[in-house]
Amino acid sequence: MDETPISRGFRSKRQGQTPKGRLPPGQYVTADFPILSAGPTPQTKLESWTLALELGGSLAGKWSWAEFEALPQTTINTDIHCVTKWSKLGTSWQGVTFDDLLRAAGLAEPPEPYVMAHCDGGYTTNVPVEDLVDGKGMIATRYAGLPIPPAHGGPARLLVPHLYFWKSAKWVRRLRFMEQDERGFWESLGYHNYGDPWKEQRYDGD
Amino acid sequence: MPIAPRPRLEWQPVRVRDIMVETLRVKSLLLHAPGWQGHLPGQHVDIRLTAEDGYQAQRSYSIASPPEDDLLALTVEKVDSGEVSPYLVEDLRVGDVFELRGPIGGYFVWTVATPGPLWLIAGGSGIAPLMAMLRHRARRKVRNPALLLYSSRSLEDVIYREELDGMARVDADLRVVHTLTRKQPKGWTGHRRRIDRELLAEASFSPEQSPRIFVCGPTSLVEAASGLLVELGHDPLTIKTERFGPSGWMP
Repeated sequence: MDETPISRGFRSKRQGQTPKGRLPPGQYVTADFPILSAGPTPQTKLESWTLALELGGSLAGKWSWAEFEALPQTTINTDIHCVTKWSKLGTSWQGVTFDDLLRAAGLAEPPEPYVMAHCDGGYTTNVPVEDLVDGKGMIATRYAGLPIPPAHGGPARLLVPHLYFWKSAKWVRRLRFMEQDERGFWESLGYHNYGDPWKEQRYDGD
Repeated sequence: MPIAPRPRLEWQPVRVRDIMVETLRVKSLLLHAPGWQGHLPGQHVDIRLTAEDGYQAQRSYSIASPPEDDLLALTVEKVDSGEVSPYLVEDLRVGDVFELRGPIGGYFVWTVATPGPLWLIAGGSGIAPLMAMLRHRARRKVRNPALLLYSSRSLEDVIYREELDGMARVDADLRVVHTLTRKQPKGWTGHRRRIDRELLAEASFSPEQSPRIFVCGPTSLVEAASGLLVELGHDPLTIKTERFGPSGWMP
């Protein structure tokens, strides 16, 4: 069968409701904020929370919650796209940009081209550094002005909104610089290594 | 080492061979997928519907059939406000063709090679991927202890009820525990409340037995159950979850 099969009687209920150019292929808009996590939600206390930047097996920077909160705060207004097909438009996140984190660690420029994010609960995801710099990525601690609830990734999650949302790792605790790219959790389980929603890079080989 | 991409999961046409009415809102679609490469119990597929005007919609559905079966089974619950599930449940007919690709996901999976007791916790249509595991276990006649704790609104909402009863009847190592949260039939002696700490402590394996735990259902059920399991001493890494539906958080 060469032709795309047509589902007679099937029609869009949503077409025309989405501003043009805002929705990547295969996505639909949701007003809710679905939760997709591979395991239980970790409950990390702020007193014991730290964020570490690691380079070549040693610490390049480490912040307690209070220290992290004292870093320059930035707001990013953006659409987000989950690989499970939902997109949420016009979300607003506050936190510390990757650029400001590098500055706080005294790094004039990124020392390696890749980063692995390590999270409470064992989750990992890999992101090229060029997708984090120039305001493209942040460690977010607030959503719509409110602390991010644990189920949604709080106290702090990575935010890389131009990639599928599994890259915006919940419960992030360590960013490890890598000279060579390595696959993270979902990237090792058949999901795309990069995950550009506009190219519909959902799974390996897309 | 540079990362080499693997082959693409291609869309393939599948034909509806049979449709099973599971409950008032739920049907199982039995699909003929020529050249299907096989799957592991717990994995899902993406489906794609194309309208006559070319509009396309994609959704993910868990596979409910075991790898041993020839036909691929998807169990679909109708979400009234949805775009795809009402079509699949109300309009799709035997003989219809649509596109599918997969299998997808390699974490929420269980096979007979997985050691230890199997503990499944389901809410509503979250039973689907867990049913693939139970069917696989039944086909392979393995006898590791298994327990299903299944929360439904009413007896009429229990999906696969007769098949589950039948499995438990012939398999002394499988226990199926129902809880009916909204409506119970006359004379119902089983549980009648949402899954809580006591229910998890009672219908359970202990952390010392190192069960493999799979929780699938609406977000609130999975959040509550998986959190309680951690409090009860289960290693978070042994608890695998799949959540669906709204979270209710919309600031």
